[in-house]
Amino acid sequence: MTDFLYENVIFRLIYCNLSGSSDKCVNEYGYVQGIFPAGFEWLAFLLAGFLLAFIFINGILGAVILSIWGERRLYGRFQNRLGPNRWGPWGLFSSVADAIKVMFKEDVVPSDADRLLFNIAPILMVFPVFMIFSVIPMGIGTFVVDLNVGLLFILSVTSMSGLAVVIAAWASGNRIAIFSGLRAVAVLISYEIPMALSLVGVLMFAGTLSLGGIVEQQKIPFILLQPLGFFVFFLASLAEINRTPFDLTEAESELGAGYLNDYSSMKFGIFFLAEFAATIGSSAIITTVFLSGWKGPDILPSQFWFLLKLVIVLIAIVWVRMSWPRLRIDQILELAWKGLFELTLINIVATAILVTIWPNPTMGEIWIMAGINWLVAIPSVIVVGKVLRRKDNKTIQAGRDNEPYPVGTETLAPSLVNKVGEK
Amino acid sequence: MIGLGLLKGLKVTLFNFIRKPVTIQYPNRRVGLFTISAANSTNPFKFFIKQPKTAIKSLLNMATIPVKIPQSSRFRGNEFTWFEDRCTGCASCAKFCPLGIIEIVTQPGGTDGQEGESYAIDVFDIDIGRCMFCGLCVEACPYDALHMGTLFERSGPVRNNLIVTKEELIENQKKPSSWYRPQFEDDSFNPFESEIDNHRQAGRHEKPSDEDMHNDWVNR
Repeated sequence: MTDFLYENVIFRLIYCNLSGSSDKCVNEYGYVQGIFPAGFEWLAFLLAGFLLAFIFINGILGAVILSIWGERRLYGRFQNRLGPNRWGPWGLFSSVADAIKVMFKEDVVPSDADRLLFNIAPILMVFPVFMIFSVIPMGIGTFVVDLNVGLLFILSVTSMSGLAVVIAAWASGNRIAIFSGLRAVAVLISYEIPMALSLVGVLMFAGTLSLGGIVEQQKIPFILLQPLGFFVFFLASLAEINRTPFDLTEAESELGAGYLNDYSSMKFGIFFLAEFAATIGSSAIITTVFLSGWKGPDILPSQFWFLLKLVIVLIAIVWVRMSWPRLRIDQILELAWKGLFELTLINIVATAILVTIWPNPTMGEIWIMAGINWLVAIPSVIVVGKVLRRKDNKTIQAGRDNEPYPVGTETLAPSLVNKVGEK
Repeated sequence: MIGLGLLKGLKVTLFNFIRKPVTIQYPNRRVGLFTISAANSTNPFKFFIKQPKTAIKSLLNMATIPVKIPQSSRFRGNEFTWFEDRCTGCASCAKFCPLGIIEIVTQPGGTDGQEGESYAIDVFDIDIGRCMFCGLCVEACPYDALHMGTLFERSGPVRNNLIVTKEELIENQKKPSSWYRPQFEDDSFNPFESEIDNHRQAGRHEKPSDEDMHNDWVNR
């Protein structure tokens, strides 16, 4: 590990200002004198860790508030109207007002709800999202921790959100919430597989699971080297965060607010927070893994380039959300299992062959690899899309011929018809 | 080809994103420094010296300038125009009102411009809180004394404030709507800006002069 990239600047700043004398705080002038006397390094270490976490979590909360405002402005612009522009400069405080409103609302727990699980679910939902941010390098020296299994950590931690959703749905004691929760779990579990497999190509090129290492290994952004991987990962992360083409857990016309139906006040607020933080988190992962993270021209600090790329990905997600209609549950699962899964396999095979041919590529060879990958990607997307489309049409026809569910009263048994009328 | 429809959808929203928003911000709109200084017909620097508070607000996009909604001159609004000397107190308007919200109390002993003797009007109340602005009262008035108004901003916390009384009707600016009065549209009369002083301008057709009407009445 090269020291200057992996050293946590913020942590070191806090720690060295607190602790008396420590080996880690040696500079060219000798020891840095901190606030605490000698022998209290452990306290300084603990406090510095807490402060770092405090700073990052508050940063995320602020970013969520900002992103809610920004998304609402963007929704407005995509629909040819202005977004919120009344409360504060450019409407910036409108999401602050929303947050205050949510906090002061009455907190209702339904009588049929399982109280313990009902209260645990929002916490379970929001924790993994915060944990994503702990391993993402947001610039040189700007991160909480640089795990050497960062990508695996993210993949395993984000799969907890499915558990949170199903707990929330079950604890509500409400059939609509359970429908929504089951849908959510089906989607989350299905899309975890293409999501994880789409990162395999990146790992082959980078040779490391650490996100800092992946950023460092990107001589050109991996979106050029891994177009299929990016395509699959983008769609899969949209599904994982319940964004619009895949947001059938909160399908308004069918399920109301889905598993959020019975949540009110700050519990609802925490779910909302988790959803938006997950959006930011997934765009941060995309930025780090596929868009070369904090790398950019040296004119501006690395944090700026990271933020710029993050915002571009966020805008792309909003754009997709405003443009595309919601898919049915069978279409979503078919896309995952029959479309994206195959694409990731093609990507893995192609990348493996390329990496075997050029184990230590020069710059020119990297560009050749990128070209070959694009040549593989575009036809395979077209072919898989065509196959998927034909199959999809067939299944719809078959479904109409022998409908498994009773649609109208004529298909109900005569004994049931009367009961429907009575109720 | 698959995916082409998705790209088309993206294109539509992208064009919406680039286009100017169609929103009309009423009653005022948020403006920046350039717009507000142009509205005050100065340049930004002079405006900054003149009104620093507003200028700083405008830099944060928090300054507002009022917006008028483009409105048809036939708009039937709530500031009724009523000519007291023209009204005989016949209560045709009250009879024709489908909601029965016009209340008229008269007593004998008044004078009228044309016919000499008439009713004196004590009360002429229009409860516009329940009015649906159909304009039947205006159509029904045989003497062209009542006209629809042009305004609509009369919201308030108390229902009683929505009753237009006789005193208010007298004091009102005479800005009749051009609904049922097509001559206003011919004569470049703008009910939102100019006022009329004579009921003869507001008649529903060319009226003979007072003398002609008197002669007509005598010769009948």
